[in-house]
Amino acid sequence: MTGMIEAACMVAVVAISVAALLNLYRLAVGPDVLDRILALDTLVVNAIALIVVIGVWYGTAIYFEAALLFAMVGFLTTVAFCKYLLRGNVIE
Amino acid sequence: MRSRVLPHPILSVVVAVVWVALANDLSAASLVFGIVLGIGVPLFTACYWPERPIVKRPLVMLEYAAVVAWDIVVSNIEVARLILFRRGSTLRSLFVTVPLELTTPEAVTVLTGTITMTPGTVSADLSADGRSVLVHCLDAGDPDAVVRQIKTRYERRLKEIFE
Amino acid sequence: MALASEILVTVLILVGTFFLFVGSLGLAKLPDLMRRLHAPTKATTLGIGALLIASMLWFDLVHDALSFHEVLIALFLFMTAPVSAHVIAKAHILRDAPTRATLPPAQTSGWATLEPHPADPRER
Repeated sequence: MTGMIEAACMVAVVAISVAALLNLYRLAVGPDVLDRILALDTLVVNAIALIVVIGVWYGTAIYFEAALLFAMVGFLTTVAFCKYLLRGNVIE
Repeated sequence: MRSRVLPHPILSVVVAVVWVALANDLSAASLVFGIVLGIGVPLFTACYWPERPIVKRPLVMLEYAAVVAWDIVVSNIEVARLILFRRGSTLRSLFVTVPLELTTPEAVTVLTGTITMTPGTVSADLSADGRSVLVHCLDAGDPDAVVRQIKTRYERRLKEIFE
Repeated sequence: MALASEILVTVLILVGTFFLFVGSLGLAKLPDLMRRLHAPTKATTLGIGALLIASMLWFDLVHDALSFHEVLIALFLFMTAPVSAHVIAKAHILRDAPTRATLPPAQTSGWATLEPHPADPRER
């Protein structure tokens, strides 16, 4: 009786993929570089969600580290980009 | 008085718990290694943490966490409703200045984080002297109500916890 | 019991997906950056939160395998999402003159982003 969860995972994967496409639209359209940074940040969150859902679907925990690394690298790149725009430098 | 073996007891507990959670395993081996890291890491990094944040009322923290968790859920439903059923250009977005009574950096950090996570508000900037926060509201009929809510609901409790 | 926990996991997955989708929709739909900032920072954290709780319950209840490392990702995201939103807003204020013109005054000094940096070696 895991058909219900599998169906929910399928719906989730499709919806999150569409959400990622919406982020790509914002990434392509812009208009400002900060819109693109925000789009990338959201794209990373969607990628984490996709990894978690696929982990539930396949029934393994081996993708967990990938999700954690995505979360950390995504946050660092966002802050580094913004810091560069704010101060003209990343490490002062 | 700070002890020489455990300069930061809370940090030690956090490091140990994070290690056990990373290992995802409640066995004795990971617990022991977590405790070793919890004692070792604060000892070796003690010179980077000259001061210890003061938490006066830890129990109010639990109440604060419950209030914030509830507000996060409510604000998400509210923001989802605004995004789905309103045209973006009809949202009455504006900046408001929230004067701060908090002075410790920890309290201000927690407050700005809370503002971003809760009903239709994002903290956008601090003033140079750290005495006001710039808050952007997604859809505010009454800017004074937003300021009042932040001050009574969050700042009052944070003042009890940290000051 | 098993059926109840499966229904709970299913509902949590669907709720999380809904909020993630709404967050991305807001990012694509809303007209300017400060409004766009609201959608991802809020909706995606609750979306991810619900999905991670679902994953945790799924391993704990349906498979009887103790799993709690999802809490780490959730805590990390809840701590970092406000910081990313704050730095993006700061950079926007610095770069966008029309936004700067609409800022209300601070109480006693100017906004930190627009003031000269006191620790800046170039200005000392």
